[in-house]
Amino acid sequence: MRNSSMDGGISPFHNIRPNEWTKLSGNNVGELHYSSILGFPFLFKSGHQLSFISFELKSSSGTCFSRYVSGFLVQMSSNCKNCSSNGKLCSSIKQKKAWESFHRRADGRKWERFVVFLLLMVAVCGLFWVLTSSNRDSSEWKMETPVSNEFKDQVLPEYCNVSKKEFHALDSLFSQRDRVTSLACCRESGFEMPTSCNITRGLKIQGSQALEKWHKMVAKNVEFNAHCPTRDESITFVGLPFSKDKTVSFISQLGFLSIPSNHLFYRKNELQMKELQDHATYYCDSNSFGLAKICLWILVGVIISFNIPKLHEKFSSRKHEIIQETPCAQQTQLLQQAQSSSRSTGKWRKKMLIVFVLAGVVFSIRLFWYLSEDIILRRKETLGSMCDERARMLQDQFNVSMNHVHALALLVSTFHHGKQPSAIDQKTFEDYTERTAFERPLTSGVAYALRVRHSEREEFELQQGWAIKKMETEDQTLAQDCNLENFSASPIQEEYAPVIFSQKTVSHIVSIDMMSGKEDRENILRARASGKGVLTSPFKLLKSNHLGVVLTFAVYNTHLPPDALPEQRTNATVGYIGASYDVPSLVAKLLHQLASKQTIFVNVYDTTNKLAPIKMYGTDEIDTGLLRISNLDFGDPTRKHEMHCRFKQKPPPPWQAITASVGVLVITLLLGHIFHAAINRIAKVERGYREMMELKHRAEAADIAKSQFLATVSHEIRTPMNGVLGMLQMLMDTNLDARQQDYAQTAHASGKDLISLINKVLDQAKIESGRLELESVPFDLRAVLDKVLSLYSGKSQEQGLELAVYVSDQVPEVVIGDQERFGQIITNLVGNSIKFTQDKGHIFISVHLANEVMLPLDARDEVLKQSLTIVQVGSNASYNTLSGFRAVDRWRSWKNFKNFSGIPEETEKIKLLVTVEDTGAGIPLEAQGRIFMPFMQADSSTSRKYGGTGIGLSISKRLVELMDGEIGFVSELDIGSTFSFTVTFTKAEANYLETMRLQCDPAVPEFRGLKALVIDERRVRAEVTRYHLKRLGISVDITFSMESAYSYLSCYSKTSVLENLAMVLVDQDCWDKDICFLLHNLLKTIKQNGSKNNSGIPLKIFLLATCTSSSQRKELKLDRIVDNVIKKPLRLSALAFAFQEATGFGKTGHNTRAKPSTLRTLLRDKQILVVDDNAVNRRVAEGALKKYGAFVTCVEGGKVAVGLLKPPHKFDACFMDLQMPGMDGYEATREIRSLESEYNEKIKSGEVSVDMSENLAHWHTPILAMTADVIQATNEECIKCGMDDYVSKPFDEGQLYSAVARCHQGLPSLLPDSAMTLNGG
Amino acid sequence: MLGFGAERLRADMNRLLALLFHQGVLDEQYLELQQLQDESSPNFVSEVINIYFHESEKLLRNLRGLLLDREFSDYKKMGIHLNQFMGSSSSIGAKRVRNLCIAFRAASEQSNRAGCLRALELLEYEYCYLKNKLHELFQIEQQRNLAATVRYPQAQHHLNNP
Repeated sequence: MRNSSMDGGISPFHNIRPNEWTKLSGNNVGELHYSSILGFPFLFKSGHQLSFISFELKSSSGTCFSRYVSGFLVQMSSNCKNCSSNGKLCSSIKQKKAWESFHRRADGRKWERFVVFLLLMVAVCGLFWVLTSSNRDSSEWKMETPVSNEFKDQVLPEYCNVSKKEFHALDSLFSQRDRVTSLACCRESGFEMPTSCNITRGLKIQGSQALEKWHKMVAKNVEFNAHCPTRDESITFVGLPFSKDKTVSFISQLGFLSIPSNHLFYRKNELQMKELQDHATYYCDSNSFGLAKICLWILVGVIISFNIPKLHEKFSSRKHEIIQETPCAQQTQLLQQAQSSSRSTGKWRKKMLIVFVLAGVVFSIRLFWYLSEDIILRRKETLGSMCDERARMLQDQFNVSMNHVHALALLVSTFHHGKQPSAIDQKTFEDYTERTAFERPLTSGVAYALRVRHSEREEFELQQGWAIKKMETEDQTLAQDCNLENFSASPIQEEYAPVIFSQKTVSHIVSIDMMSGKEDRENILRARASGKGVLTSPFKLLKSNHLGVVLTFAVYNTHLPPDALPEQRTNATVGYIGASYDVPSLVAKLLHQLASKQTIFVNVYDTTNKLAPIKMYGTDEIDTGLLRISNLDFGDPTRKHEMHCRFKQKPPPPWQAITASVGVLVITLLLGHIFHAAINRIAKVERGYREMMELKHRAEAADIAKSQFLATVSHEIRTPMNGVLGMLQMLMDTNLDARQQDYAQTAHASGKDLISLINKVLDQAKIESGRLELESVPFDLRAVLDKVLSLYSGKSQEQGLELAVYVSDQVPEVVIGDQERFGQIITNLVGNSIKFTQDKGHIFISVHLANEVMLPLDARDEVLKQSLTIVQVGSNASYNTLSGFRAVDRWRSWKNFKNFSGIPEETEKIKLLVTVEDTGAGIPLEAQGRIFMPFMQADSSTSRKYGGTGIGLSISKRLVELMDGEIGFVSELDIGSTFSFTVTFTKAEANYLETMRLQCDPAVPEFRGLKALVIDERRVRAEVTRYHLKRLGISVDITFSMESAYSYLSCYSKTSVLENLAMVLVDQDCWDKDICFLLHNLLKTIKQNGSKNNSGIPLKIFLLATCTSSSQRKELKLDRIVDNVIKKPLRLSALAFAFQEATGFGKTGHNTRAKPSTLRTLLRDKQILVVDDNAVNRRVAEGALKKYGAFVTCVEGGKVAVGLLKPPHKFDACFMDLQMPGMDGYEATREIRSLESEYNEKIKSGEVSVDMSENLAHWHTPILAMTADVIQATNEECIKCGMDDYVSKPFDEGQLYSAVARCHQGLPSLLPDSAMTLNGG
Repeated sequence: MLGFGAERLRADMNRLLALLFHQGVLDEQYLELQQLQDESSPNFVSEVINIYFHESEKLLRNLRGLLLDREFSDYKKMGIHLNQFMGSSSSIGAKRVRNLCIAFRAASEQSNRAGCLRALELLEYEYCYLKNKLHELFQIEQQRNLAATVRYPQAQHHLNNP
């Protein structure tokens, strides 16, 4: 297109000579190079939504590429990416942090988790909101860019079109003229293409439409070329495409002529835009980054504030722990402290919350302020850029028009004055100006006034045929109505400037003297003096109502140098070209071309006179806040113009700032609300916790109080009961008749029962308060069981029950544990069984290792084997149980035990399984659940029927639990019950066992090696008998009936099998007098044989009887069939006694008579030292010990005692008070012990002869402590300082005995009475 | 007559003892003490009780002296005294005296002088009561013993004088 216009425009002057060309171009600003129009790449790329525009500028001096737009667009897009990626990064970091915090709190309470989740949601939402808003920002800016691009697209073609049309006009104008003229014209008008002809440009227009456009243009061009007559004669133009070869690809090379100023303008514009965009992106960046930072801070704050309560919780929980550790008395105090501390932290939390909310509000206000400031700033900048843009465009448009007028002046100078005759007349001028009017779109008209001096006026008027007229400024009628006749002739002046040529639009001013108008005259004078275009101040244009300015150029007859003096210029002046500019329409037109014209007001002022600016364009100013003033330069330095821009609308409320701050505010309040709720919840929970703690403490205190009350009351009852019992005892000592004696005895027995009950209650209370301490001393398990049996032997005999105990061989003889408690459990169970078993059946206690139950069937104990499966044996409906009555399956009672065989073989611990089987009433199913609850019996009738309080089983259960065991039972109504429990004991050393055994029962060795034959039809019972005999060292054979026994004995009577057979034991059930008689005879013969063979042990027959009246026994004895009747239950001591009685040996005066006598034997003729500072105590002790036949020496203090006990001495024992003034008991004992060891050393080394110390090789005087309060700690202290034992003050006979016995014999002998103390009813 | 008196005296003695037991002045330890009395030591109880009175009066005097001292601060010594008193009291089974001693000791351990003084007052009162009652008891016992020894001739005398 450009090409074609150029072709059309320049071709009239194609014969221009180079020097003329240079001259013409030298007249102008830039250089013209026609020789180097090169092909240039025409970039055509279509990208995404951003138009990729590339400008290629080629200056004559070289080539430079700049891609401003593309550069900045890319930059911007990358910025946006950066921004968004920043945002993502931020968000991911936040999420991570939030997640971490979330995890940290995961073990916390549920609601806290919920709150965290909510917070997270809020934070994420806020983040999204912030990001989207910032993205919107940047997209807004992006939107603006296409607008400006569009604008450029619009403007550029317009400019192109203008110049094309101009060339077209020129060409058509001069096509008929001769070449020289056109050449001259070309030379003069070369400045029209001011700087360079070979500035080329590739403009990319989107889409194929643009391509089509180009097609059309090229076609036109070709057509035009055909029209052009001078086409073939082109010489200097090189490389113009399409001149001949139409087949050449028109896209590849296109030459453009363009107006560099346009480029410059664009470039500037672009630069500015770029700056603006950079600025905007920076803002957008910083904005979003700032918001992200803020969000991050908020989140950090949230996390911290969440951690604080956690820390606090830790702290407080630690405190609570401390509280729990401290004793009860301090608890309340500490609790109060904790309460106050938690209360203060609650307050602190609330304060934090308030601070947080206030900070949030302040922050949101600040944010609002900051964002609105930002918006205002941006608005200001937008206005500024728009205003500047408009001003610059106006200026440029004006300058272009001015150049045209200048060109016209040169044209006139060349063709009117330079030619003789003139090549221009009115017609030609009119025609030319009409056709080139589009070049000066802003001028309403152009006219040429000739300079006529007064001397030439006549001639001129004559020549023109009209008189010079005077301009009448007063007349302001419209141009159409104007009549030349109305103007009066100009008055005589020095010189005139009558208009000779004019454009048609202003043809009415022909012949008017321009010098007559004041403004025009000044203008003309200035113009010819300066040689440049000058402007008038705005005034109402002649005959039109518009404001306008007149531009005047002087036409010189000679070519003047640029530095010509004003006088020279004035002299050279031949005429004036004037053009009137209609400023309002100019501006309006310009603004119309621009986008967003709706948004701003534009006012143009002439501010040459600063005090009174003249408004050239625009409406009355309404103050809408912002005002932007841009300077306009219309090429006339004497005049100053300004453009004022305002926005049409008042600034809208800053919605973004409002939403942002409101959002932040809402988030803050929401967070505040959540925290508030959380704090309230924490406070509530804490309050609840405190209440609960208080209640707990109260409950505990109540429990302790209950236990204490129980203990106290029990104790308090016990004391007067002792009194009652004592008095009863005294009463019974008095002379009472039989009835009174009976009453007294009943009362005494009841009192004893009461005492035992109270002891139980005390036990229960002790166990409940955890104050029961289990002993761990070695004891003989079997002896304990014998004791229990002895307790109940009377009762069982009364009721006709079989009572038996069996201990498996695998159970060690001696174990370490609390024998009293163990005995108590069994006593309780057996007592229960006896209570509920009436007149039939049996009670069978068996003890096995827990592991035995796990053994395979073959390896099991016979009793266990039998008892595991209850089967009917024989025809007479008897079972394989102890008594033949049916019992429950005992294994069911322990099947629920959890850690049954939990103890490995290797460890020191053994676990015993004890079962107590009875054939009693059984427990109803519905009562089985509460059987172990204290004070609960199967039903209320039970206590009526059987008595008892129901506390025994509960105590047993607790005791069992204390011994690491479990208790269980199985029961069936009318069949019986079986209670099983496990206890854990420690194994005792093997050698300990032997010594104990020997000391325990010296009668045992007497029977060792003997043999016995047991005749019993029941296997289990036979096993029990075997067990007892085995304990005596007697080996046992078992037969099931008298007959088999008879045959057995008769078979082996002659052999040595029966060599050691010493006794035959017959159960009562198998008793058959006839066979027995035979047997007796047989035995007699054997006896006779045996008396020869054996070591004098006579063979005896014993009857084992459950219940036999004394008369029956006597009868049997008298018959001499049996040697003795052994009453069941079988016990070691009873058996031994019976055997001894029957055989007559072993009677070594070993008796089990009453305590006092025993104590007497122990203490008789012993020298005993009593050390006590208290005279009363001393006397009492003396009296007590003397009672038992001891010789007592009393001393007052520890020092004297040490002196007396310095070995060798005569004392056998010493009773020492612990608390004495001067040397106390501990110290004295230590001293005595050190003296003794010293002496022992001496004996060893032979310094002291042994006989001096009564064949004692080792001195160790038993020292017994006397203490008022016997507590475990004191006891331990006594043992530590070398005392042997302790007795409580005042002396208790039983205790005294056991202590003394322990000291003298190593262990207490088993007395029935001490067994009585063991039981508990 | 006198034989009957002996029986009555015995009953009186028992009643008095029961009363003392009921009041908690004495406890079973006293019975134990009585059991220790036999032919070998016929006056064992009274002997012990007399020793007790002697010791106790000394201790009470000491305690009072300690407490009334102006610059009194030796609670430890008082504790020792009290321990002794307590030990001897529990030996003869003077329960209430013993309990008061415990209270007294508690007060002295807390260095509570007012409490100590109050306890001392009570203790003295209780001690006096005990002493009186025991004296009464011994008197009855002596009378009874006297009656028992003279019973036979008295009875004879009685028979002789219808």
